[in-house]
Amino acid sequence: MTTSNATAASRDINFDAFRDPVLARELIARIHELAGDRQINLMEVCGTHTMSIGRYGFRSVMPAGVKLLSGPGCPVCVTANHDIDHAIALARMDDAIITTFGDMMRVPGSSTSLAQMKAAGRDIRIVYSPLDALDIAAANPERQVIFMGVGFETTTPTIAACILEAEARDLPNFSVYCAHKTTPAALRAIANDPETRIDGFILPGHVSTITGLAPYTFLVDEFQTPGVVTGFEPVDILEGVAELVRLVVSGKPAIENAYQRGVSTDGNAVARALVAQAFEPCDAEWRGLGTIPASGLRIRDAFARFDASRRFSVQIEPTVEPRGCRCGDVLRGAITPGNCPLFGRACTPEHPVGPCMVSSEGSCAAYFRYREA
Amino acid sequence: MAHSDTVLLGHGSGGQMMKRIIDDVFLEAFGSPELLAGNDAGVGTLPATGRIAMSTDSFVVTPQFFPGGNIGRLAICGTVNDVATSGANVRYLSCGFILEEGYPMDDLRRIVTTMAETAREAGVRIVTGDTKVVERGGADGVYINTAGVGEVPEGVNLSGANCQPGDVILVSGTLGDHGIAVMSQREGLAFGTTIETDAAPLNHLIAAVMEAAPHVRCFRDPTRGGLASTLNEFASASGVNMEIKEDAVPVRDEVRGACDMLGYDVLQVANEGKMVAVVPADEADAALSAMHGSRYGENAAIIGTVGSVSGDPVVRVRTPWGSTRILDMLVGEQLPRIC
Repeated sequence: MTTSNATAASRDINFDAFRDPVLARELIARIHELAGDRQINLMEVCGTHTMSIGRYGFRSVMPAGVKLLSGPGCPVCVTANHDIDHAIALARMDDAIITTFGDMMRVPGSSTSLAQMKAAGRDIRIVYSPLDALDIAAANPERQVIFMGVGFETTTPTIAACILEAEARDLPNFSVYCAHKTTPAALRAIANDPETRIDGFILPGHVSTITGLAPYTFLVDEFQTPGVVTGFEPVDILEGVAELVRLVVSGKPAIENAYQRGVSTDGNAVARALVAQAFEPCDAEWRGLGTIPASGLRIRDAFARFDASRRFSVQIEPTVEPRGCRCGDVLRGAITPGNCPLFGRACTPEHPVGPCMVSSEGSCAAYFRYREA
Repeated sequence: MAHSDTVLLGHGSGGQMMKRIIDDVFLEAFGSPELLAGNDAGVGTLPATGRIAMSTDSFVVTPQFFPGGNIGRLAICGTVNDVATSGANVRYLSCGFILEEGYPMDDLRRIVTTMAETAREAGVRIVTGDTKVVERGGADGVYINTAGVGEVPEGVNLSGANCQPGDVILVSGTLGDHGIAVMSQREGLAFGTTIETDAAPLNHLIAAVMEAAPHVRCFRDPTRGGLASTLNEFASASGVNMEIKEDAVPVRDEVRGACDMLGYDVLQVANEGKMVAVVPADEADAALSAMHGSRYGENAAIIGTVGSVSGDPVVRVRTPWGSTRILDMLVGEQLPRIC
């Protein structure tokens, strides 16, 4: 979701400039010049950034001391096993239609995945927009249609809109299993983590279209750590990294916006109002980061009938964490995927052990898929 | 017997209803002398080079209709292209239908008409066929199997195992069009787009390249798994590394945008009307001109080269800013991401 201004502006933008190889090479040279031989740890906290950095092969062109670490930016990956098991338990209900983003399909829970449930005959459908789940509910009034609500600020406004729309259309057979999380809470947990030293954050482009810059100022005020919001094209990312390195080297931390064509300082107030109408903050469990206060979203009591977890009482299997999997450490930047003993051996995209190897935004999947030659 | 608007179980019964659907729908459209003879087997001739090429493929795509084409066009092009990659002159096709009870007869007619038109364009004849009807829920509308036969000219020995260090890799046009066109129509994924499927018979394009580049090593159509699978198959069969230049690979802006949105790698997206060719370096320009001069080849490009011999072959992509990464085969199914 973007602001109307950004949409209008994007029509006039020549996107080739953001893929210009000459500009990209200049920025790489600038990063080398700025960083010198300093050790600088930067973390990207958006799964799409992780994938893009991998696809563009940027890790291999950074100065030796500049590390681009992946953070808890993959919504599926940070979802706790217990929540995945809960979603799977809902999918076991007779006559339920489960609607989900594609990412969730192959994520292993304690004993199975939605993809395996589908193969076993359960009705599980991939949708690109949750609004499509509403149409499926309208078309199947005798069946319960449950949407698997996973995601950060980028996805929550649409899901809030869905809940409000379901109320307006009086769709009694639609509900959401809500495992939504908020980004700033995770950033705080990382900044507080004594095992991880992050010198600067590459802030998420999509999430920031909704939040604006205000939720990040604590990074500077409390942790003296800079952050730069960046876009997703090659030049966007390099520009963001160059600016972040400059801020780190200067010792004058700030929060900056290098993605002005998509993100405004104030973000999207309309979208945030929708979210506030449908959801309220709650404590949430994150894979790798544990329970973080007020880092999740819960459907408000006024809309309880659309909350699948309150509406259906299901038997959830005991949580079994995958043996040897270090997704949790990967998600908080304590190790890179290659440092996990399972990576590329017991754990591959074909036979994933943990969620980070499954999701198209997962760090391990990105490192494996775009391993550098 | 009244005409039916939908396919009924009786249409696969072997009796009068089946004769009617064969006469009215299939013979009407395909009408080759071999089919009209009404025998169980179609009999045709092949010149006596002593070698035939044969391939078969089944088509189960949903939805059956998508921008720029339908399952019928795929069913002809897919098999024609598979046979043609051997360098054979594609002559004859068989075609088997598995129909779901209740499928609209008009849709079936549209599919069959498209198949007839496409076969005509490719210059191949459908010489035998089969129809089965399964109960509602037993299939998803229409499944089609086609098999094709062609004769391989004297001296032609194309194979993915023929690639040699220094060879040049070409692709006949923009990648990803078909995969994204179909994806744009899926339930729950529909998005507005002007992208159309690229499904096309490429036997004439292949013939033109073979004439221009007589030492061409191999052809393959990068269907499911896209260019990534095709190049990994070549590299592994020939025991050689390969490298492509990312910015040399032709991709439509709309397709690139859709891939970015869905989180797909365009190099792993399916194509139906594209051909990858590997040729010796000194025949590369001639092969490229031949593609440019052929229908469906106007966006052809040289995209990379065959590297050194290797016991553990790897396909690499070189980015415009000098980094390289490994291009893997797709694992499982492509699934759209969350944000």
